[in-house]
Formats: sequence, C-alpha cells, structure tokens
Amino acid sequence: MESIENLIENFSFLETLEDRYQYLVDLGEALPPLPSDLKTDAFKVTGCQSQVWLVPTFKDGKFYFQADSDAIIVKGIISVLMSIYNAKDTSEIKNIEVEKIFATLGLKEHLSPSRRNGMMSMVQKILFYAGKEEKQD
Amino acid sequence: MYKIEQIRKDFPALADNLDGKPNIYLDTAASAQKPQCVIDKICRIYEHTYANVHRGTYALAEAITTEYENARQIIASFIGAKQDEIVFTRGATESLNLVASSYALNTLKEGDEILISEAEHHANLVPWQIVAQKTGAKLKIFKIADDGSYLQEEFEKALNPKVKIVAITAMSNVLGTIFPVKEMAKAAHKTGAKIVVDACQSIVHKKTDVMDSDCDFLCFSGHKLYGPTGIGVLYAKADILQSMPPYQTGGDMVDKVTYEKTTFAPPPARFEAGTPAAVQAIGLGEAVKYVSSIGFDDINTHEADLISYFNEKTAETKDLKIIGTAQNKGGVFAFDFNGIHPQDLSFVLSHEGVAIRIGHHCAEPLVNRMGYTSLARASFGLYTSKSDIDAFFAALNKAKHFF
Repeated sequence: MESIENLIENFSFLETLEDRYQYLVDLGEALPPLPSDLKTDAFKVTGCQSQVWLVPTFKDGKFYFQADSDAIIVKGIISVLMSIYNAKDTSEIKNIEVEKIFATLGLKEHLSPSRRNGMMSMVQKILFYAGKEEKQD
Repeated sequence: MYKIEQIRKDFPALADNLDGKPNIYLDTAASAQKPQCVIDKICRIYEHTYANVHRGTYALAEAITTEYENARQIIASFIGAKQDEIVFTRGATESLNLVASSYALNTLKEGDEILISEAEHHANLVPWQIVAQKTGAKLKIFKIADDGSYLQEEFEKALNPKVKIVAITAMSNVLGTIFPVKEMAKAAHKTGAKIVVDACQSIVHKKTDVMDSDCDFLCFSGHKLYGPTGIGVLYAKADILQSMPPYQTGGDMVDKVTYEKTTFAPPPARFEAGTPAAVQAIGLGEAVKYVSSIGFDDINTHEADLISYFNEKTAETKDLKIIGTAQNKGGVFAFDFNGIHPQDLSFVLSHEGVAIRIGHHCAEPLVNRMGYTSLARASFGLYTSKSDIDAFFAALNKAKHFF
C-alpha cells in the first residue's frame, strides 16, 4: 500500500486526466481481491454505480478497511481511499479533507467523492464505521 | 430531406463545449435536450404572462390560463385524445401512481390479477406491487424473448378473465423493443382488462394515437419529449376518468366546499389539486408543437437511418454486444463491451465528451433477467447525428485500449 504522500507525488507527474485514469486502473489491478465470502449484502455499499463491498477492522485503535468492486477504476479509487484512511485513528479520520486530496490528485472532474456517482457512498461508509467504533470506546 | 444540421442548431446545448470537449449527447432516453423555442416560451411566460392559472379575472391570469389550456389542447391533439382526457401531472411516475391509487386501489380485489411484462421500468412495476399488497390482487409478469422481443404467445397465455389491469411499456427504455400496444389492448379488452400504457420512450419515437390503439390509460413525461422537467401527462378515457376519485385534494379541484362536505370538480381539474406546473405545461405544449412541425415521418426516417448506421458500426466492432435486438425497436442501445464494467466505460467515454447512461436504468429485474447487474446504454433523439455515432465508436475503441 502506497502512502498518500507517495500517491500525491506519483499523480503529480501525470499530466492528463487520461494518464491519471490509467494509473487508477493500475492501482485497481494491484488491489488484492476481497475473499468471496466477504462479498455479502452486509458489507455492500449501496448507492454506487458499480458493486462495492467494504469490510472494516480495528487494530490497536486504528481503523483499516478492505474493499472491492467489479469496476476497475472504482478499485483504483478504493486503493486511493485506503491510502488516505487506513491506519488512522477515528479523530484523524474525522479531520481528513478528502475533497482537497482528490483535487490535489487531479481527480476532481469525475471521481471526486462529491460527484453523485457513488464515490461519496464509500467515504460515508468509512466515516460511519469509524464513528461507530468511536462511540463504543 | 431531414436537415439534421439545421435541427441541431435549434438545441443550444448541443453546441456547447464542456471543458473543451464536444457535447456528444447519447442519453436522450433519460432526458432530452431542449430546443430554443421551448426555452424562449418559458422565458416569455415568466417575463410577460405570469400569474396563477384558473384563479384571477385580470388580464394576466386570463392570459396564462388560456396558454395553459391551449397546451392541454395541443397535447390532446398530438395523441388523438380529447382535451378533458388530458391530466397534467409531475411526470409519468406520478401519472402511473395516480392510476394505481385512484383507479386500481378502488377497483381491484383479492383474486384479481395485474399483468405486466418483464421489460417494465420501476415506475410501471413498483406502484402495481403496492396495489397488489394492498388489495390482495396478484402481480403477474409475462416473459419476453432473450433477444428482447415481445412474445405474443406469452402475453396471451397470461391473459385470463382474472386479469383486470395490463400495464405495459410501449417501448422499453433498456432494450428499445416496441410493444404492439394496439393488438395488446384488443386482447386485454377481450378478457375484460383495462390497459395502461407507459409511453415515455415511444412518445418520442413514433406517432401515438390513443383512439386507434384504444388504450384506457397512457402516460408520458415532458422532459423526454424535449419539454421541461416537472411536467407529465396522463391520458385516460373520459368515462374512466369520470368514475375515478381524486388522487390528491386541495385547491382548484373542488366543486363546492363546506366544513361538512366537499364535492369535486369534473376531470381533468379533479386530478390537478393545487397550483399546477403551468409554465412547464405551456413549455411542453411548445415542445409538442416543435416535434409536430418536424413530423414523425421525417423523424422516423432519420432514426431508421441512424439505427442501421449504428448496426453497421456494431458489426464492425469486435466484442460489442447489443442487449435487445428485437426486429421492431427504437433508437435505444443497451450494450456490453468486452466485459468492461459500464462505470469504467462511462469514465472514459465521458472524458471524450460522450454522454451515455449506465446502471440498471430503473429496470433492475429486467437488467438481471438479461444476465447483468449493470448495463451501458446509448440512446438517440431527433437531433442525433451520424457524427455522434462516429464519436461514440471512436471513444469505445479508446476505452478498449484503456482496460
């Protein structure tokens, strides 16, 4: 898993949106698939234009998730979101300005979580799981 | 001769560049772009002719009321109906809910059946599920062929005297299949059923004649017919409409109101409670005038030309599979391209300025029945050109190298 700092640097070398999409495809292809027994309705993220499953875990007070999709660019986005959110504690997660990071990556146009194409559903799910854990503390 | 370049100039959005990309708009089945005359009409009403309809006696109120009722007349003539058989609604979804609620809930009982096809949009499925739950009637689905064709034997096999309502799309929004509404109405009437026609797609592609097809109810949305959003139409035969109780209650739909009792106005006012979307209705009237001025003869010739061009290009494109290849179909093409997920495809096409629809197209059981969870769809309007289709195929080829 690349750190988000590395990703930002890698994306900064990519001049066109096409190149950035291609890089997302590469990231998506490198994403480990979710075991099929975890691809259940309970882990399904609704509101996406592709099928997305997101499985959260907590370890030593840090949040982690695995996720998968049947769309390859969405898998690339998942990879980016993992770099952003994994191994953070809940207060860090709450302060992350995900919109700004996507703008820095040059992905504002079609893939920004604020676009109503389901990307936001994944972020909301991450925030939901992180918030749930916080309440249990 | 269809003057496509001239027609395209009527639609300002088609000339727009979005981030330096051309607007290759292949999502007309979801919603159509608007001609300048519709946009101008709406502006003129707001600028010079605006007041509430049906309420004032001053000049402005009378002027907009005249425009509103004139729009009703234009739409009635367009589909071969009488003026008082046209109810303005928010859209086809509301029209179907109105029929389900005011007609079906009041007439159906346990043991009755509602018959729909496998090719229905959720708007012509979910309201009937609710009616079935509430009345104890049974919702039955008749099969279509694997290529999306209508199967007359399946329909007739499912028909029986218990079927009280047949609700059918006149043209599938996913497969493009055109259903033979006239023959289906005849068969439905023979066993005593009423037929409800969802004409959202067909109204744009071919001449609609409610007298000739003898359907009992027919509905469509304005925004797919080059008109504004927020306006739709329900046609119902006068005697049926007369027999139906109101859908919603409030102002403008009453006859006499006391604290004890209210009597209701005759149709169509009975079904238009509250201030209607008058400007949108007038805009739709203008859109209908625009479509009529081009005429369905020419629109159909142009569309047939586009379809055969699209089919030629499809045949040349490896790994492109069209979902829905009925002989009798309109310019709506759901497709699978080399197994690329529709959302991935859409990202790349969008980057090329090509707008297509992806997902389950509000017809999830149909998309599943065709073997998919998500499909991409390209659809044509009267302004679609061969160069749009060229751009679509060029973008597809690009996508192929991408994934």
